[in-house]
Parts: sequence; structure tokens; C-alpha cells
Amino acid sequence: MKLLNIIDQPHAIDRRAAFGELGRTLGKAATVAMPLAAFFAPGRARAQASGDTVVDVLNFALTLEYLEAEYYAMGLDSDGLLTGDMRETIALIGQHETAHVEFLRSAISGSGGTPVEKPAFDFTANGAFANIFSNTETFMAVAQAFEDTGVRAYKGQAGNLMGNGDVLTAALQIHSVEARHASMIRRMRGSKGWITNAMNTTGAAPADAVYAGEDQVTQLGVDVTSVSSVDRGQITESFDEPLGKQAVLDIASLFIQA
Amino acid sequence: MKTPKFSTSRVVSDRSPHSRRNFLRKSGYGVAAASLFLAGCADDDDIVMVDDRVSLGTGDVGVLNYAFALEQLEAAFYAMVLQGGYFSSANADEQQVMRDLEAHERAHVDFLSTAISSVGTAIPALEVDFSSIDFDSRDSVLGTAQAFEDLGVSAYNGAGRLLTDPNYLLAAGKIVSVEARHAAAIRTLNANGNPTAFANSQVVDSNGLDLARTPAEVLAIAGTYVVTPLDASGLPQ
Repeated sequence: MKLLNIIDQPHAIDRRAAFGELGRTLGKAATVAMPLAAFFAPGRARAQASGDTVVDVLNFALTLEYLEAEYYAMGLDSDGLLTGDMRETIALIGQHETAHVEFLRSAISGSGGTPVEKPAFDFTANGAFANIFSNTETFMAVAQAFEDTGVRAYKGQAGNLMGNGDVLTAALQIHSVEARHASMIRRMRGSKGWITNAMNTTGAAPADAVYAGEDQVTQLGVDVTSVSSVDRGQITESFDEPLGKQAVLDIASLFIQA
Repeated sequence: MKTPKFSTSRVVSDRSPHSRRNFLRKSGYGVAAASLFLAGCADDDDIVMVDDRVSLGTGDVGVLNYAFALEQLEAAFYAMVLQGGYFSSANADEQQVMRDLEAHERAHVDFLSTAISSVGTAIPALEVDFSSIDFDSRDSVLGTAQAFEDLGVSAYNGAGRLLTDPNYLLAAGKIVSVEARHAAAIRTLNANGNPTAFANSQVVDSNGLDLARTPAEVLAIAGTYVVTPLDASGLPQ
């Protein structure tokens, strides 16, 4: 609750600066707590399934975390947008995303790589969400889209990290936190915490791509509808689907200034 | 194709005083099972289980069987929840959550049973002991559900690195995020709407990382409820 204390102090310090300072603090903690350089044993740095190195994958993840962290920081910075319990929830999620940014930056640096720069974001998506920081419903709908995208993005990269067990485990540990976020935001908005078919419950058509393919029922070559009496819609809820890097970047690019 | 069934005769759930001896025997068995697979040997002559131990197997199949065991535990639990007093008196939202979770875990069981059987030997239906759970009590049901969901998340997070086939890793990834979605929903219900219970510091550390547990850690916890003794010695380290 330190974050809330900092943010809620009316005249203490600039709120954005407070969020950044907290992030740096957490980043230092991360560096001390985990010998991140130890993740990257020589000769094991190349990711398995694609031409991307582990650093490439982590930088891709970092871009998404930058987006989420800045989004929540700006939302919390917008007067009257987030209040009460909702503010507490978003503050915790924002805290996690900021921690992910610092963790990934440390992991990339620890490998000898260079963390990508934070892009300049436009969360109005060039005007499509003009009221993004003044309308709570719009803000939460886009938050849902970001979280569900994040879950799919990490899942899509897991195979590329198989050459390094420690990095893979850390990525999985972030992945499930994003899924907790997604479930919470979805339920706060009145949706189920899980994704039924390829249903886009954000109310925003541009988010259709976030849910495309979530209606998959064949897993490892098994048509689950043929081996289970569970309802088809509930079967689709039972498995979250991955998204490839380009599909994720296409979604994220809506919010990145050209 | 074999689909594990959880008949009520295999589930110890009678909470009447007359079943206490049975309960104690059963729970002792479960604890012994947990310590057995950890120790890897059986010194207790009173409990014959060495020949009854169910081996999870080796390699990727072993890891999948490990997941299958946990999914069986969850599926059996939610099947019992739907028959209990808490469910019948729960509000519409909580009933929908419980119905969905029962369906999801059953789908995971059906899927894993088939997928494992196509490449190796799937473990049989496990015997479970839920005598410590009061299925008429909201606190008992939600508290147990929270423990199971958080345990499942930590298990998959810890087991991903043990897999060698990226297709299996992806399948596990598809399941674990659903378990995390469950965990967040259950945690919020169990904390009566507390706005940070879904991912508080009990489960997410200062780096923003969720829990990850080794199979030995997970099975020691699950051993409270799984009566069938499991042999996890073949799992990759």
C-alpha cells in the first residue's frame, strides 16, 4: 500500500514522478534479490523456436509492459477517473506492471543486452478513444484489452525461452499475473473472468483482434469437444490461446505514436 | 478412451461423527502418501502402498501426468462443490463461477487423459479425501478453492521448464492462465470483494512475479487431499 500512500498525498510530489520513483526502487530491489545475470549462461542465450534471441523476446515483453505501466500511471494521474475500490485495484496492477518493466530491464541488461527505449504512446489511439482518461468505462475496457493481450503475448513467446529455464519460469510468473489482472478487470466490468469463444466484451470493435482465435477447441490435436461432455463455450473458456509477436505488435501499434 | 470418473463412493466426504475413524485412517494415509513419494521409500509396515503406488512416469509424459493429477484433484473438488449446501444457497454470480470452474477443470481432465494416452500411459483416476472440507460452508469451499487454484498456478509455473516439447509447454500455458483467472476470481469472492485480494503479496512478489513451486513442493501440499500414493521420482529435475 506504499504506492497508494504516495499517490494519495495531495501536495507531496508529482504523482507521475512518484510512480517512476517507486519503479526505480522496485528495480533496485529486483537487482539485489535476483542474480539476473546468472540467467544467461554463455551459449544458452539463443531462443529455441524462432530466430529471436532471449533478449529479443524480453525486449518485446518490455514494450508491452511499458505500455501497460504508463497507461495505469496516467489513469491514476487523471483526476476523478479512478476512485474507491477501483483505484486500489488499478494501483496494484500498475505497481505490478512497473515492477515488470524494471525486472525486464534488469534481466536484459544482466544479459549484456540493451533494453529498448519506451515508445511514445497515444492511448487515444489517434482519437478513437478520445475520452480514455476521462471516462472510466472506456479506461477499464481498454485495460481489459491490454491485459488479455498481455496474457496471449507471453504465452506466444514461452516456446522461444525454452533454452533458458530461469528466464522461462520468470516469464511464466509474469504471464499468470497478467491473467490475474485480466480476470479481475473483466469481472469488475461485468464480464466473466475467462474468455468465452472469441467474444470481445470490451465494447470496442478495434479490440476484436485481441480475441481472434480464442474459440479454438482443438488442443494437441485433440478435439476436446469430442472427448468431453463439457459445453463447447466452456471448453473455449478452459484454454487461453497464444498470439504471435506480429499480431501483438499490430494491436500495440494502435497506441504507439508513429 | 478412458475418462476418469469421480464416483462419490471414492470420495471421503462424510462428516458425521461415526465416520471419524475412517476419516482419521484416510487422512493418515494421505499424509503418509505425501511423505512417501518425497522420501522415495516405505518404512511403515502398517500401510501397504509400495505396490499400489501410481507412477507419474518420466520425461514430458511424467510432467503431463503431474498436471493431470492436479486437474483430477480440482475436478473432483468442484464436482463435490456443486452437490453441497454452499452452492445451493450461493448467489447467482458465485453459482456461475462454480459451474464454470467445475466445467473447466473437467475439460482439462478430459483433454489431458486423451492427450497423454495418445503418447504414453495416463495415470488412473485418483482417490481423494475431502473429509476436511465442509461443502456446506462458504468459507470452507472458497478457502479450499483458493488454495487449489493458487497451487495449480504455482505448479504449472514451476513445471514449464521441465518440459522439452514446445507443444506441451504451449498447452500447459493455455491452461495455467485459466487457472490464474480462476484464482483471481475466487480470491476476490473469498475476501468478500476486497479490491487487492486477486493478486496481493501472498501470491505476487515485489518483482511482480507469481508463485512457482517444484513438483515436490506441490505434491506435498496436494497430499493432504490425494489418497492414492503417487510416485513422482521419475519426473525431470
